[in-house]
Amino acid sequence: MGLLDRLDNPYNFGGIILGTLEDLLNWGRSKSDWYLHFGLACCAIEFMAANASHFDFMRFGTIPRASPRQADFMIVSGTVTLKMAERIVRLYEQMADPKYVLSMGSCANCGGPYWEHGYHVLKGVDRIIPVDVYIPGCPPRPEAFLEGMILLQSKINKQEIFKKRKRLEEEMKNMNQ
Amino acid sequence: MSERRKIEFDYSGVDTDRMRVNVGPQHPSTHGVLRLEVELEGEIVTEVVPHIGYLHRCFEKHAEAMTYPQVIPYIDRMDYISSMNNEWPYVIAIEEMCGIKVPEKVEYIRVICAELNRIANHQIAVATFGLDAGAFTPFLYLFRDREWILNLFERISGGRLLYNYFCVGGVRGDVYPTFKEDCLDIVRQVRATNKEIMDLLIYNHIFVERTANIGILPVDVAINYGCSGPVLRGSGFPYDLRRSEPYSIYDRFDFDVQVGKGEVGTVGDCWDRNIVRMREMEESCKIIEQAVAQMPDTGDVFEAIPKKIRVPKGEIYRAAENPKGELGFYIVSDGGQKPFRVRPRATSFINLSVLPEISKGYMLADLILILGSIDIVLGEVDR
Amino acid sequence: MTQQEIYNILKEKFGDEIIEFSHELPSDPYIVANRSKIDEICLFLRDEENLNFDYLVILSGMDYIEKLGVVYHLYSIKHKHRLTIKVFLSKDDPHIPTVEKIWRSADWHEREAWDMYGIIFDGHHNLIRILCPYDWEGFPLRKDYKTPEEYHGIKVPY
Repeated sequence: MGLLDRLDNPYNFGGIILGTLEDLLNWGRSKSDWYLHFGLACCAIEFMAANASHFDFMRFGTIPRASPRQADFMIVSGTVTLKMAERIVRLYEQMADPKYVLSMGSCANCGGPYWEHGYHVLKGVDRIIPVDVYIPGCPPRPEAFLEGMILLQSKINKQEIFKKRKRLEEEMKNMNQ
Repeated sequence: MSERRKIEFDYSGVDTDRMRVNVGPQHPSTHGVLRLEVELEGEIVTEVVPHIGYLHRCFEKHAEAMTYPQVIPYIDRMDYISSMNNEWPYVIAIEEMCGIKVPEKVEYIRVICAELNRIANHQIAVATFGLDAGAFTPFLYLFRDREWILNLFERISGGRLLYNYFCVGGVRGDVYPTFKEDCLDIVRQVRATNKEIMDLLIYNHIFVERTANIGILPVDVAINYGCSGPVLRGSGFPYDLRRSEPYSIYDRFDFDVQVGKGEVGTVGDCWDRNIVRMREMEESCKIIEQAVAQMPDTGDVFEAIPKKIRVPKGEIYRAAENPKGELGFYIVSDGGQKPFRVRPRATSFINLSVLPEISKGYMLADLILILGSIDIVLGEVDR
Repeated sequence: MTQQEIYNILKEKFGDEIIEFSHELPSDPYIVANRSKIDEICLFLRDEENLNFDYLVILSGMDYIEKLGVVYHLYSIKHKHRLTIKVFLSKDDPHIPTVEKIWRSADWHEREAWDMYGIIFDGHHNLIRILCPYDWEGFPLRKDYKTPEEYHGIKVPY
């Protein structure tokens, strides 16, 4: 995965990397994600633990941003209530593309323990915004959270940038006809 | 040490408009999803209107739909930083209603767990308060220590944050053989770090300048607003349920009720509320040491757990000293399997209601500190 | 001071306003009062020298299916005694005088009781919803409450 593996490849004569520009861009994007932390409930405390000394979340190259306009992905950690739902949509819309959403914990995934009688709980944040990675657990352990981050990075690594634009253009053309 | 008072500017001759600013609900310093509507004159806060309910998870509705033991996990999720302490008053209330006598060993396990969790809670409180004031390093130190406590809880209950460990009549699992040594290890570690934190943060000149004489809460106002815990004790009033109405076995331990004395500023300022938390960690360490020494090695912790919980018709209010203050449960039973009503006395909810009163006349940056010094958890505010 | 003694004092002072005193184990004892003068009773309880209930522990709204209720848990920090007062209200006319001027903590509690049960506290300076959104409909903690199907276009049930 990634460009660095190819450095070890003896056929590339060390130091020379052959790859597409897409690979390079994806590598850069996946290794320096800035996140908008959306601390809502119990999961936010586990997220803080993941951010602190033992787990050191920042080794993934992530930096917390308080403003959605500077963030690459958003961590929804905790129960989303109906009162909060509109704010989440608004913050999501303020983020610049490409943007990703990490849903942390059972509550954000599907309503968690509040699914049945929670008259004021949104049963899953994916009802209002698209989610890229779901992390199960109530709350997820920091290790689980780190794995979610790795999944997000590998998703970014595999993303197509140029082909996608071409494809979309063709689709638009077809739609117009 | 410091002589900062409320700041008053002469605005005559300057055209100023009052401005209403929203802080939150998504804001790194509101400790969750609190929204503050702040009216500012320049940088001075003239009015604060808290809007809460962004984390209203319908606890009371769930409690009515669950059986008595099933309510406990939801109680964990109320004040998710100190889950062990949360479960306690609920369990006490039901034991009292059913007339269950808890074995000696269970009482000691509960005391040790609750005090360890109190330390963990105060570590987060001090760490985030430091973050609010701009100090990042104490956060890392305190979270490192907290991890030790969480590891111990994980070994006895299986959960890192939400334990579901206390149950009616006992605890869910016995402690492991080296439990006592691990507790003493943690106490040693906590003491060492606290000594560092005292130098690094608490008596740091910058920190003192920022927090002394800020957000002064007089005792009579605190009592009238129903404040409890470190907020009330920070104002110099020694109200601690562990001492004033000892529940469980707290009458067997020797500890002091710490109050704010206004060492660097005025009694009841942010620094006082914070120092009360720091010193309570030391008191908790003392209690843990005594409890570990007195705790019996043998004994069946499952002995008094009833197979079926039948709560007689009636109602009860029982409270315990949560790290944040008096947490109580008013439980109404109609004799059935499910509670008719479980009404928590949410400490943070009541402590937060004093915020508009004490934050007028300070700077906007101080408002964040005052909020941090109250130490709220939004899960408990909104339930 | 025991709750029986407090009850005797209140009965002497307020007569018919105080309805009954219940003390069946294992329940906590409580006093049932009439709603019309509850603010005066509370003020008396707070200011009387040997009662001195300066601490409102909790104020809870209740739904007893056929009627509503408000429960006051009081505590005296000085004398270390507790008291529970219950007031019953009919569902058609859920009005009760406010006690927010006696204990400031009652402000938010009363707003919550309005939010959850629809109990109207006469004289409250700002009786608006506190936990639910301001445009929420219905009173969620009433026993006959039905979860809404939709809120602002978002599906609510699972």
